[in-house]
Formats: sequence, C-alpha cells, structure tokens
Amino acid sequence: MNPVLAADITLPHINYGAIAPILILLGMACVGVLAEAFLPRTLRYPVQVLVSLVAQVAGLATIIGLALSNYAKKPTLTAGDALAVDGPGLFLQGAVLVLGIVATLLIAERSVERGGAFVAQAAVTAGSEADAEQARRQPSQTEIFPLSLFALGGMMLFVSANDLLTMFVALEVFSLPLYLMCALARRRRLLSQEAAVKYFLLGAFSSAFFVYGIAMLYGFAGSVKFHDIAVAAISSGKSDLLMFIGLAMLAIGLLFKAAAVPFHVWTPDVYQGAPTPVTALMASCTKVAAFGGILRIFYVAFLDSRWDWRPVIGVIAVLTMVIGAILAVTQTDIKRLLAYSSIANAGYVLTGVLAMQKDGISSSLFYLVTYGFTVLAAFGLVTLVRDQDGEATHLSRWAGLGRKAPVLAGVFTFLMLSFAGIPLTSGFTGKFAVFSAALGGGQTTLVIFGVLSSVLLAFPYLRVVVLMYLQEPAADAPTVAVPGALTSAALAIGAIVTLLLGVWPSVLLDVANSAAQFVG
Amino acid sequence: MTVLLVATLAVPALGALAAALLPDRTGRVVGTVAAALAFLASVALAFGREPGGTGAIRPWHQLDVPWAPALDLRFHLGVDGISWPLVVLTTLLTLLCCGYTVWRVPVPGVDRPGVDPGGPAEEARPDDRGRYLVALLLAIEVGILGVFESLDLVLFFVFFEIVLLPMYAVIAVWGGPRRRAAATKFVLYTLFGSVLLLAGVFVVVAGAGTADLVTLTQRGGAGLGHGTQVVAFALLALAFAVKSPLWPLHTWLPDAHTEAPTVGSVILAGVLLKMGTYGLLRVAVGTVPGGARTLAPLLGVLATAAILIGALVCLRQTELKRLIAYSSVGHMGFVLLGIATLSATGFQAALVGNIAHGLLTGLLFFLAGALKDRAHTGELDRLGGLREVAPGLAGLLAFAAIGSLGLPGLAGFWGELFTVYAAVRHGGPLWMVLAVLAAVGGALAAAYFLRLLRRVTHGPAVNAVVGLRPTALAGAELVAWSPLVLLALAVGLAPSLVLALTAAPVHALVTAVTP
Repeated sequence: MNPVLAADITLPHINYGAIAPILILLGMACVGVLAEAFLPRTLRYPVQVLVSLVAQVAGLATIIGLALSNYAKKPTLTAGDALAVDGPGLFLQGAVLVLGIVATLLIAERSVERGGAFVAQAAVTAGSEADAEQARRQPSQTEIFPLSLFALGGMMLFVSANDLLTMFVALEVFSLPLYLMCALARRRRLLSQEAAVKYFLLGAFSSAFFVYGIAMLYGFAGSVKFHDIAVAAISSGKSDLLMFIGLAMLAIGLLFKAAAVPFHVWTPDVYQGAPTPVTALMASCTKVAAFGGILRIFYVAFLDSRWDWRPVIGVIAVLTMVIGAILAVTQTDIKRLLAYSSIANAGYVLTGVLAMQKDGISSSLFYLVTYGFTVLAAFGLVTLVRDQDGEATHLSRWAGLGRKAPVLAGVFTFLMLSFAGIPLTSGFTGKFAVFSAALGGGQTTLVIFGVLSSVLLAFPYLRVVVLMYLQEPAADAPTVAVPGALTSAALAIGAIVTLLLGVWPSVLLDVANSAAQFVG
Repeated sequence: MTVLLVATLAVPALGALAAALLPDRTGRVVGTVAAALAFLASVALAFGREPGGTGAIRPWHQLDVPWAPALDLRFHLGVDGISWPLVVLTTLLTLLCCGYTVWRVPVPGVDRPGVDPGGPAEEARPDDRGRYLVALLLAIEVGILGVFESLDLVLFFVFFEIVLLPMYAVIAVWGGPRRRAAATKFVLYTLFGSVLLLAGVFVVVAGAGTADLVTLTQRGGAGLGHGTQVVAFALLALAFAVKSPLWPLHTWLPDAHTEAPTVGSVILAGVLLKMGTYGLLRVAVGTVPGGARTLAPLLGVLATAAILIGALVCLRQTELKRLIAYSSVGHMGFVLLGIATLSATGFQAALVGNIAHGLLTGLLFFLAGALKDRAHTGELDRLGGLREVAPGLAGLLAFAAIGSLGLPGLAGFWGELFTVYAAVRHGGPLWMVLAVLAAVGGALAAAYFLRLLRRVTHGPAVNAVVGLRPTALAGAELVAWSPLVLLALAVGLAPSLVLALTAAPVHALVTAVTP
C-alpha cells in the first residue's frame, strides 16, 4: 500500500454547532441551485426569495443563539483550528447577514422595473434583437439568489477563517459569485459586463498576490495558522524579510477587496456598472467581510509586529481618506460618487483598525454596520430615480427632485447628512467612535487627516442636497418610481437604523464592545 | 425642574415636526405655540434655582444621563447665570420671529439676472412654505438652546452642528436675490469652523480624559500641558471666531445677514452669533485657560481691529441691512475684547454686551426688514425723510440706532463701557492702547448710526419713501417689537438685571481659570 496514504491522518474534530450559520447559508444555497434546476419557471422566483430570506434569517438566529450561549465570551477554534468562533467573528457574521437581508430585499424587488433589475438570459448578446426581446418580456434570472447566498456564506467563512488557506478559499467563494452578479444588469448590459470583467481580472490578480503572500508566510513560519505566524513573529532568529513581504502581499489582496487607495481603481467602474442592488450588496457586505479579514489578520497574526507595519498601513489609510474625498468632489454620477465615498469610508474604518487596541476593534465593527445600512438605503433610493433608459444616475438629472418627490428627497438628504457625519445620524457616531479609538491608540495624524477629509467629503453630499432642493427640475426630468413593498422595507430599515444608531449608539456599541476579543 | 430643561429642547423639536407636517397656516400657528411654550419653560427655569455643587460651574438645574457609555458620551444639560439670559433671549427671539411669520411669510427675492435686485419682488407668488420656515426656526432654536445648555463638550459640538443646516435652508430658500451665494458662503465658513471645533474638542477630551465641562472647568486646565492648551485654545478660538465673527473671519456675515429674510437676520444676529462668544467663554476659556492666557493679547488685538474696521466699513455702507450687519462685527468685537481681558469685569461686559446686541440688533433687523418690505429698497440713497411719512417706524429706528450706538440709559452702553474699563484695568501698554482704540471705535459707532439716521429719517422725503405703504405699524409688528424695546430700555436703566445673574458664576469661573 502506498505509504503516504497509509500515514496516520486523523480527521479534525468539527464542532458543527459552532459553525452552523455558515453551513446553513451554504446548504441553502445548494437548495437554491437545485430549485433552479427542478422547479417550473413560474415557481422559481417566490421559492428562491423565500429560500434566500429563510436561510439568512435562520443563520442570523443561529448566530444570536451562539452569541447568547457564550461563544462570544468563551471563544473556540474548530475544524483543526481552521475556523474561529469568537466575538468579532460572530459579530461580523451577524453584520453580513443583517445587511445581506436588506440587500436581498433590494435584489428581489420586481415592481420598480418590470421583471426585476437583472437580465433574463445573460448569455444573449447585448444589443441584439433577442436581447431587446428579452428585456421587454422576460423576468429576471433567479440564479441571482443562490449566487448571493454563496457570496454571503463565503463572507461568513472569510471572517471566521483562522488560517490563511481557509481564508483564501473563503475569499474565492465569496468573490466568484460577485463577479457573476456584476454582469447581470438588465439595462446597460455592456457597461455591466465590462464592470464584471474588470472586477474579475483585477480580483484574480489580487487573489494571486494573496496566495503568493501565503506562500511567503508559510516559508517564514512553517505554518499557515495565524497563531503560529504570531508565535514565529516574536521568536527571534528568523528573518523578518519573508514575513514583511508576505504581509505586504496579503495586505494588497485584502485592501483590494476593501477598496483602499491605491487598490481602489476598480471600485467606481464596478459600482457604476453593476446592477444597483448588487452594488448595494458589495458596498455593505463585501466591505464588512474584507475588514473582518483585515481585523483578524492584523490583530491575531501580526499584533506584535505592529510597530513595523502600522506606519505603512497608516499612509494607506490617509491616502484612502484624502483621495477618496477629493475624487468624490469631482463626480457627476451618483453611483460613482457613492463609490468614491465608499473608498473614503474604507479609510475611516482603517483608521479605527489601526488603533490596535480593543476599542479599535469595537469601533471598526460599529462603523462597518452603520455605514452598511446607510449605503444600502442610499443605493436603494438610486434605483427609484428612473427615466426611459432605466436609472437616471447623472447628477444633473437629480435637479429639482425635492419638488417632484419630497419624501424621496427628504430621505436621501438624511442619508447624505449621515454620510457627511452630521450629528444625530449614525455617520457621526461611527466617525466619532473610530476617531476617538484612533486617538486613544496614539494615531493623531490619522485623526487629523480623517477630520479634514470628512469635511471635504461633506461637500459632494451637500451638493446633491442643494441640487435636489434649490434647482429647477429639467423639462424631461426623470420620474420617481413608486417603490414596491420590498424596496420600501429596505429603505425604511436603512433610514431608521441610520437615525437610531445616531441617536442611541449604545444599542450596537455595547454589543460590539462585548464582542471585541479575538481568539488567538 | 429638570423637566423644564428637557422641555426647552423637546417642545421646539416637537413643534418643528408638527409645523412641518400640518397644513400651512395651522402649522405656523402650532409652531408659534410651541415657541411660546418653550419661552415660558425657559423663563420658569429661573425659579426654584439652587446652585448645585461648589465647582466652577454651578448649574441651577441639571440633567446628567449617559448617552453612549461606550464612547463616554453623556447627555449633560444645565443652566446657570451665564447661560440663562442667553437661553431666554433665544426663546424670546424665536417666539417673536415665529409670530412674525404667522403674520407674514417672507417672499424669496428674484434671482434672475437683469432684474434690479433692489426693485419690487414681481414674482411674489403666494406659497405655502411658511410652515417650513417656522419648522426650521424651531429646529435652529433647539440647536442654539442645546449649545447654551450643554455641559458636555461633545454634546456641545453636536448641538453646534445642528444649527448649521436649517440656517442654510432659511437663507437659501427665503433670502434675497443673491441668497444662493450668501448661503453657500455661510455653509463653507461654518463647516470650516465646525471642523476646528471638533478638532479642538478632540484635543481637549483626549488630553484630559473627560468631556464634562464642569469637571474640565473645575480643573482649570490642570493635567493638560501648556503646548496642548495653546493648540486646543487656538483651535477652539478659531472655531468660535468664525461664528462670532471675529475680523478677519467675518466676511460671511454681511452677505448672510443682508440676504437672509428678516426673521433669519434677526435669529442670526440676535442669537446665532452668541454661540461663538458663549463658546469662547465657556468652552475655550473655561477648559484651557492656560492657552487662553497665552493667546489673549492676540485675541484682544483682533477684537479691537474688528471694532475699528467694522465701524469704518459702516461709515461707507450704502445699504441698510449691510450696514447693520457690519455694525454687528463691531459690537461683537467689544464682546470678544471683554472676554480677552480674562477678568471678571470683562466677562460681565461680554455677557451684558451679548444680551444688548441680541435685543437691539434683533430690533434693528426687524425694522430694516419692515422698511424694505414697504419701500422695496434698502439703498440709503433712495431713502430719506422717513420721519415725515412714517413717524412711528422712524421713531423706532431712531430708538434702536441710538441704543445700539451706546447711549447711556440704553442697553448698548453698559457692555461697551465695561469692556473699555476692563481693558484699562488689565493694565500694560498693549491693553491701554486697545482700550483707547476701542473707545474710538465706540465713537465711530455713534458717527455711523447718526449718519444712518440722517440719511433715512431726516431730510425731504424721496420717492421711494413717499410711496411707502402702509405708513402705520401693523399690530403684529408692534407685538413683535415692543418686548425688544422694553427689554432694551430695562437692561439699559438697570443693567443689574443681567449683572446680578452673571456675577456669581463669572466669579466662580474667574477663580477657576486664574492660576
């Protein structure tokens, strides 16, 4: 018998209960695929929406159960130390799901655009006769639902991964569905496909960096486990060079997903081209997942070497905030504006992360959730402003909306004020939390740039507000679609949470605080 | 009595909501009722007062509950002798403005190019947006009252920010012909100020480890290095200097005041500027006195420059509202100079000056608005002889102008007198020079106000004034203005009305901030 096969391999013990949320999501995604294959066309949409929402709600309920049954206090490692079930992991998983549910509501909306925001048959050549036909007649593909479940499951795996290989697998699991989803827009299909290809190519490139980083770190520590890397980093006698090269490569892969400057160039194009509900999903959930990974790597594997790499990441944070804010000022398209604002916001989260102490973790977690809800609602509103070509995203088309649609303009104004960090919105409390954490961590420079850039960033938002209220609407101004029940629910949730966390941040901050302890 | 504290914030907030949601006229009336209730609540705050504690700030009533414990944010409100007069001034002016809006909703100026900006508003289309104006005024009131009542630095910042956007909307929607540019300028300056304020708050809170104003003032800067104190004071003082405004950061003010609708100008001049001077006294001087002592001479020089430059610019102004706006720069210069002396007399002078300016300039803007509504112009060249046509209006204008120039017996006098006195008492060549220059500035104020009166009220009646309708004062106008007239007279005759209230807290403050 082959001696390799005969070697004594013990199967790792898996605590199925602790990883149940991930299993539920991925399992239900498989159910979704089967439903897609076997159900008649008319049944697919309701079944898929149901499967998708049930999976996420069940996953969320399980996470809450796990958190209450003290997994947050007594964290465990499972599956051969490949997965961590700890406070930040559970919080991030919960955040991904909560935001995912709201994003799913936007994805499932079918009354704003007849048949939904997604193409019926993605394989039909864009612009052809058949394409026009399907755009008119056929409802959206429902593959989007299992795809989004896979993506969300991958994100949950990503934020709990406790070794680099698992993290890489999770990265691919959540990225690949996202690449596909970007290409599925019903209108402006070429733009959408271009966005998908761009995202895919650059994403593949960043994944390659990530894998290369894993190889370097394996060479350095002889292991891919975070704990072993952390131990290797403090033990003397090893060349740090491999470690820093490896860390740099990992950081490139992660910062790409988080859309930090200078790895941000894909963001505006992809955010603009992708179907708006998918953009909303990416801006909220992907950001949570990416920063979940960053937090875990920085706080578990590289905590003790922070004095060496923190200045470099600090420079990236400053660049991200400043360049994101400056470029946001120059935008003329609302989706691109939100994309650049999402870049700048990545910088604010990074500021919180770099505090490198407990309230750095909790404030970053808090910020991710506040930003996620606000951005979901903002993109949800973008889907409602339409003309005959679909969404009217050029800013000039938004002139005078305050008169045509006071409620929409009012809610959008509120969300913009939150982005601008005006008090009594979650944008203020979030920024306040990360900045005070960073100050506590001695990162005064970061805070100075943070405050300055946030003022700069207020102008594009306020410009939109001014545009909506103080300018006359054009003669062919876009109409404002009446939101269906699902979009209305998503908008209401987003706006209410933005207000709630602005007025009463303790609700979430206390949870984040009690969750802010990584298992090492 | 804590209930009253909360009521002063909650009632206007609810009133704002109600005014925005109800139909136009009802909304305006309900909003005004809310403003009246808030006024009563703020007046009632003076009863049953028991100075709490022995600290540098002894609030009559306070409310201290955790807001976000994880961020060390507290919802700490309180009112004492320094803040109470300003609180009442705010609720009073808001009530008068809301009532005035029930009577008349301002018509936005025409901003089409080629239209004479001074000409009559041709497109005076009736609209139903008056209720929104009332709602915004109430929202501004919530912010300003919050600023005066908060005893927590972060809470202070939060309320400071709330004021910005409603005020922007008031100017940008109901203002004069060039309202857009003025509103944008206002927002740019104020946002800039907010950042500096936030940065200053962060420096103080990070250095001292607490955001509680009572604790911070009690410590008198202990625990903060001198360098930190200077940086913090510079940031805070700059932020408040934008709001006050202090020369050379004042350039937003003439535009904003001129373009804003009458009620907007009244609120702007009457109470909004006081957020800056109050903040300088309570927050900047109170928390980082070491920095204040180092930078006080600079502040004093700039304040005196503001007095002189404001007065000189006023001598050359050709437009009524612009002149009054620039006169504010000079008056606030006196207030800032008083604070810069860092003495009990100076602080007292600043607080009396604040109140006097709020009453008299509020009245002046009401009168200027009434005059412009009737004559359809504010150009001094096109006005004249008002005394002959509308003696009531002319008389009130003369009263307000004379009060504002600092005639003994009227409110404006005491603040300026005490300021000059405080500067002289401070001693040293620099402060003597500043005192003399400030006194010269006071004399110049007399010159430009008398010039204003000569141009507007005296002489033969010119066309715009002859055609002025109605010549009599409306009942609503009398109701809105008489409280201001009476209070200006009362404070002028018995300044101890204000001084008695402020004496004890100012003394405590001076003790705390003197090394």
